[in-house]
This record gives sequence, C-alpha cells and structure tokens, in this order.
Amino acid sequence: MTATPILEMRGIDKSFGPVQVLRQVDFTANAGEVTALVGDNGAGKSTLVKCVGGIYPIDSGDYLFDGKPVTVHSPRDASSLGVEIVYQDLALCENLDIVQNMFLGRERTRGIVLDEPTMEKMASETLDRLSVRTVKSIRQLVASLSGGQRQTVAIAKAVLWNSKVVILDEPTAALGVAQTAQVLELVRQLADNGLAVVLISHNMNDVFAVADQIACLYLGRMAAQVKATDVTYSQVVELITAGRSGDLGLQAAAVAAAGNGNGSHDAGVTDLGDMNGAQ
Amino acid sequence: MTETGTEAATPPPAGAPQPSRPDTGGEPGRGRRVLPPAVARLAYTNTFWIFLVLVALVVFFGAMQPNFISAVSLRSLAADTAPLLLIAVGMTYVIISAGIDLSVGSVLIFSGVIAAKTMLWLGGDGAHPDAGATSAGWTVTLAGCLAGMLGGLAWGLLNGFMVARMKIPALIATLGTLGMALGATYLITGGTDVRGIPLNFARTVGFGLVAGVPWLVIIAVLVTVLLGVVLAATRFGSHTYAIGSNAEAARRVGIRVDRHLIKVYGISGLLAGIAGCLSLAHFTTTTISGHTADNLSAIAAVVLGGASLFGGSGTVTGSAVGLLVPAVLQSGFVTIQVNPYWQYLAVGAVLVLAVYVDQLRRKARSAGR
Repeated sequence: MTATPILEMRGIDKSFGPVQVLRQVDFTANAGEVTALVGDNGAGKSTLVKCVGGIYPIDSGDYLFDGKPVTVHSPRDASSLGVEIVYQDLALCENLDIVQNMFLGRERTRGIVLDEPTMEKMASETLDRLSVRTVKSIRQLVASLSGGQRQTVAIAKAVLWNSKVVILDEPTAALGVAQTAQVLELVRQLADNGLAVVLISHNMNDVFAVADQIACLYLGRMAAQVKATDVTYSQVVELITAGRSGDLGLQAAAVAAAGNGNGSHDAGVTDLGDMNGAQ
Repeated sequence: MTETGTEAATPPPAGAPQPSRPDTGGEPGRGRRVLPPAVARLAYTNTFWIFLVLVALVVFFGAMQPNFISAVSLRSLAADTAPLLLIAVGMTYVIISAGIDLSVGSVLIFSGVIAAKTMLWLGGDGAHPDAGATSAGWTVTLAGCLAGMLGGLAWGLLNGFMVARMKIPALIATLGTLGMALGATYLITGGTDVRGIPLNFARTVGFGLVAGVPWLVIIAVLVTVLLGVVLAATRFGSHTYAIGSNAEAARRVGIRVDRHLIKVYGISGLLAGIAGCLSLAHFTTTTISGHTADNLSAIAAVVLGGASLFGGSGTVTGSAVGLLVPAVLQSGFVTIQVNPYWQYLAVGAVLVLAVYVDQLRRKARSAGR
C-alpha cells in the first residue's frame, strides 16, 4: 500500500458532445496486482480504458504514470510508457504465424532483412516466462489456434515489449470453461511477474478468482475501488447495479445526482458504451 | 527451441485432426517446435502441389516427345513467359494485400507505347523518318524505357490512391484504369502499332542471349528474385501479408495501411511498365491488340500458385510456378500435336479446382477451432 501506483488517474472527466461519460473518476493500478474494472453496460469502462490507452483525450483530470504526471495523446504515447491494451476482438492476423503476429508492426530486422531467429527467440522466451504450454509451435498460423490460444498470443504480444501495464478487455467473454481457466491463470501469471494488470470483466467468478482490487464504475462515476478480500460477491453486484452498498460506494445524494444527471441521456450513454465496446 | 527431428518438419496436413488441445496439456515450453517459416508456409499453401503438377507435366511431355526438353524449346518458352512473369509478381503483391489489379495488361501496352514514342522522339532521324529510331544509341533506349516504366508506375499509383484513399473497390478501380490506359494508348497511337525502335535494344534485350539464356529471362528472373525476397524476408513484405490478412489489426499496431497499399499497387504498375519494355524489345513493336487477357493469366497464375483471393497468403515462387503450368501445357500440346486450345480448358479447370481446395481448407480450419 505504501508503493506508488504505477498508473493513477485522478478526477477524470470525459464527455462526448452533451453526454458526460466519465465524471471525476479516480482509478489506480498497482504493479504486481490484478485490478478488476467492473460496471454495467454504459458505465464507462471502455471509455476509461480508451482514455488510458490514448485513444480518447481526457477533458480534464490527471494521468500519473509511476507517480509522475504525463500527457497521453495517442496510442503510441501510451505504448511508449509501457501501457498495452488487449482488445476484445484481439485483432490478430489469421494468415500469419504466432511470431509474426507478436512482432507485427515492430519487426526486428538485420539490415533490411527480418531477423527471424531473434524474433523466434524473444517470442519463445516470452511464452516461457508466461508459462504458456499450450502452443505447440510458435510458427503455427493463428488460424489454427483455439480461442484461448489466440487470447494467449494477444496477451503475449502485449507483454513482449516490457510493458508495465496491461489492460485486458473481457478476455474470457468468448471462451469455454477450460480455456477461461487457462486465461485467468495467465492473467495471474502476468501480475506475479510484476506487471499491473487491469481486467475488464462482466463475470464475477472471474473477477473474484484473480483480482486483488475491484474498481466499480456506476453511471460514469467511480463507485468504489476496494480490495477484493474486503467485499463479497453481492456487495460488488450492488455496487454495479445501484452504485452503493452499505457504507461503500457513492453517497445517496451522489447516486441520485448520477441517476438524474444521466437520466435523460441514459439511452445515449448506453449506446455510446455499446459502440465503444464494438470498436 | 529444439528441433525435434523429422517430425518437426512435417506440419499437420490441412484438414487433419487438430493438434492436441490445450486442456490435454501439450508439451513443455522447451519442446515447442519451431518450423522454418519457408517450410511452414510452403506446406500450408498449394505451392508444393502445383509444383509437383508442373514437374509431372514436364516429365509427361518430355516422355511423349523428347524434343520438348530441348534448349531451343525451353528458351522460347521462357522468353515468351518473361513479361507475364513480371506481371504475375506484381499481381502476387496485390492479391496478398487482398486486392486485385485488372489494369496490368493495358498498363503494359501503355508503357510500351510511351517507351517507343519516347525513343522515336529522341532518336528519330529527320532525314529518314521511315527508319524511326532504329539506329539510335543506348541513351535513347534507356530514356525510352525509363519513360515507359514511369508511365506504368503512374497508373499503379493511381490505382493505389483510388483503392486506399478513395475507398473504391479494387475490382472497379482497376477496371476503370484498364479502360483509361487502353483509351490513352489508342489516342496516342491512333490505333496503329509503333515501330522503329532502336535495333540495339531489340538485338540485345529482345533476342540476345547470355550463356544461352535470353536477356529477357535474366531481367525478369532478377526482378522476380528481388521482389520475392522483399516479400518473404522484409518488413515491407510482412506488412503486405498482415494488411491482406487483417487490415484493422495492421492499423492498430501502427502500420500505415493506406500508404502501404498505394506502394503495392505502384509495384504492380511499375512491373507492368518493365514488362511493357521487355515486350517491346521482344516483338520490336508495340502490341496494342495483344495482352488483353494478361490480367486474367496473371491472376490465374497467382491463384494456382497458392495465393488466396481473400488476401494474406501467397508467394512469389508459387506464382512463378503457377505461371509455368499453362505455359508448359500450351507448348507441350503443340509439341505432341494436340490442339493447343485444350490448354485454356485445362487451365480453367485446374484453376477452379485450386480455388475449391482453398475453400475446403478454410472450412476445415474454421470448423476445427
């Protein structure tokens, strides 16, 4: 608790035209921990993540990385800080193999020729570091991989670059039970390797299985960010659906304000959230 | 990263049961198999099979008529195929990027005409206008070729701009330039072929040999090898595959997709331009009425060579082999005195079959996830 969070967002506001999607949101992620980001559809999860990733500029608020204020205007800025996002649709090239996908856009070259041995070595080391045992050949085409293996490749691609913060958008949404377990194990492994992992999920089982902290958004406000061991399943569900649970969460007045403030735009907010998710 | 002997070099054949599922444990990380990319790619494409077909054809025609495998026969086969080889290489890039270029034949003709006109303009002999530029030197020849190649490049870049920036489907954009390049050619020439190119050019590049190999073939093969290496082993090539496979993924990792596509179409146009110059030297005249089916021959070669029209796969080697199959069929039918028109029928059937196999493989792949 004494350590500086690697990523800290303070008082973030973000509007799309008349619709305010994020209001005074505070969010932190610590190295070596999994921070779950939960919330209902349209609560602002995707927007917050896209602000962190540099896809959307923030209207106001502070973006602190490793305790120092930084400005992030583009995905490249975020990458250079060491922030990587693994999107829900993964965006892998099916016709390329695992190594090619992991190095896509950042290929190693010797002169003008691709340095295949070095790339193979780095890819293999990264997979070993993550204790990935499910991939037979790193020269397998992604088209021949299962959903869980693809998720693994996408995550490995994100951590290949000495990233410090990895954000996973619903990594288990499309997976079966066994593959979900594998991916969660990998998520835990990332944190144990010292990365700050942000996990967006709708699945409470997943959240309680791996998360150290749970941050809950409610209608564009951060209802609470708490240690996973301090809350119960039903408390988190209450936070998601009502914005408060007992002493936790937004105060009654704030909940009402959030409700009223966004009430007339509810449909709009939800639509935006869905659109963001689809992008 | 250990190679585990012969088994490692044999990837599972398409459609075979999937490799062991993750929940069965798999093998430890150190046992992860690494295939040389070339081997892996080869086995996943039709290239290998079409190569076997080519060998079988050569052996068959050779057995039927030993003259078939003679230096003269092979030399003329290779020289006739050289310009089309360049077109097919350009088409390979375009098809891998999930596009198509129908304009190549017209661009070839256009470039030939521009090259010839430039040569006549610079090297024409005022005293003997009928002689054209036959006695002109190499400077004139080079200037002409350069002009022709630039003409080809310009059409290619226009194609790329229309596809990448104006978002016009490649089929339509290049159909448009097919018409425009042909129309421009007719306007420039008035419909008659341009004659009287420098004799130097025709004698060396057109029919000249180096150690028994035609210059045409040497030039075409050098360019092909160069672009084959660029495609297989450089960042540019890798990005071409990525864009054809998933343009959105390429964009997200920071590849400038639009700019890359313009370059790809530019390469196709430039190669058509070079092919136009080679063809000009070979026939000593522009061939305005020929080449209308070059685009389809090139597409057929690329697809036979294992590329997918959906983009993301294909190799220059494959396309070269795919190009030789119809050429060998044609000259083989002539040698064994079968009506060579059978060639069109045979190639058409093989082409449809090749695409059908590609479809089956895709289906097996997505079903076996």
